[in-house]
Amino acid sequence: MSIRERLSGNEAVATAMRQIDPDVFAAFPITPSTEIPQYFAQYVADGRVGTEYVTVESEHSSMSTCVGAAAAGARAVTATSSCGLALMYEMLYVAASARLPITLACVNRTLTGPININNDHSDSMGARDAGWIQLYAENNQEAYDNFLQAMRIAETPDVRLPIMICQDGFITSHAVENILLESDEDVKRFVGEYRPEHALIGRDTPLAVGPYDTCPFCMEHKVMLAEAMKNAKRAVLDVAADFERSFGRKYGFFEEYRLSDAEVALVLIGSTAGTAKACVDALRAQGVRAGLLKLRVFRPFPAEELAAALSGVKAVAVMDKSEGNSACGGPLFAEVSAACYELERRPKLIDVVYGLAGRDCTTADIERVFRRLLRIAETGETGARYVHMGQRSNREEAL
Amino acid sequence: MSVSAKDINEQTPWQLLTPGGEIYEGGTARLTLTGQWRSDRPVWDPAACKQCLLCVPFCPDSSIPVTDKRRADFDYDHCKGCGICWKVCPFQAIRMEKEGRP
Repeated sequence: MSIRERLSGNEAVATAMRQIDPDVFAAFPITPSTEIPQYFAQYVADGRVGTEYVTVESEHSSMSTCVGAAAAGARAVTATSSCGLALMYEMLYVAASARLPITLACVNRTLTGPININNDHSDSMGARDAGWIQLYAENNQEAYDNFLQAMRIAETPDVRLPIMICQDGFITSHAVENILLESDEDVKRFVGEYRPEHALIGRDTPLAVGPYDTCPFCMEHKVMLAEAMKNAKRAVLDVAADFERSFGRKYGFFEEYRLSDAEVALVLIGSTAGTAKACVDALRAQGVRAGLLKLRVFRPFPAEELAAALSGVKAVAVMDKSEGNSACGGPLFAEVSAACYELERRPKLIDVVYGLAGRDCTTADIERVFRRLLRIAETGETGARYVHMGQRSNREEAL
Repeated sequence: MSVSAKDINEQTPWQLLTPGGEIYEGGTARLTLTGQWRSDRPVWDPAACKQCLLCVPFCPDSSIPVTDKRRADFDYDHCKGCGICWKVCPFQAIRMEKEGRP
């Protein structure tokens, strides 16, 4: 039986970490993820976990500590946000290329600059090509459930990749909501023990990790990593299926909300899904066939499955909560557009960059996006494909 | 899957390499012939050599073989020609020549 509780997203992830009792936790505090190492430090002080808790002088060091610990054969976790993730950048690639299944709780916050502590996805989107699996949560429940599934996905022998469990800073990390927790015993049974085939310590056989890779070999190792990311698709679904059998909550690559017969739909990531669902319900009550695709897994990107889910929709707005600074749209738009290219009958696609640096997004904003999609569906005219929403302007904006 | 370094070479397909280039045994640097990188070559003069062995610990590539407390000629498969042995030899028993000269 699940346990009814009310927790913030940070506390939910810290609880998952306590229940898993990882071997090593290395972290440096940064808003809005600070509470995760803070709660965990209390668990260590109270003797509720056996974890080696390493306080470090920077995020570069916290990820380096995780790299060393994981190579030694330990289950290593960390938490960070924004500039902290940016400071890890070099080590993120080391972790992935050395094929070390580290788990990182990413509490999404915008990247400087100008300096701001509020939510958008620019931090983890900046790390999207680093070879990390990325799962995103709509709320505290999904952040908790994703964290429980993380290690089994990452540690799958033909995957062996680090994993980032993302939730929206403040909106999810600090808001207290109802949640269903699982018992410590059930969590430990579900997550299981980590038994890597090779490790630096505790073995009779030698191992060298991260050697210099000369030109005749390095591309082959990068191909192996790319293949591992493809394998991660199967692992994500396998672990989700076992999670549903164990705890009853269903997960996949994405959630389709009233999408099957939708004429117009949104694709988005994270907490805005709650706002969008309320808007979809209101529009459905008015007879509008509105729907939503909430992406949970951004890496590996479920291109074929996503395109199939959107194939019957006339007009789709991709909602990017980070600016790609590409002059042609955000990172989610690029992926969704590429995924839909192979469809026989493609939906009209627009990109709406919204919510940057914590800019609010209300049901009224979402409704404006749907109204625009309805005009596109009706007229067949896409108009401006890459627009921003929510900024003040002295001219009339598309949204 | 445990792969030996001797079974990996520049013709090995990616499927048969180890994840992240991990190495599951010791001493595999011997299999990489770094001597090809050399542009200068140390030449040992056994007549001038007093077998003090000062050159041995200074060699960064372990390219001066020692048996029964006596050094032998250089391991040219792994010597990169850095010249440290030439610099530290107190008896001028090592000279440096351009590589490739007959």
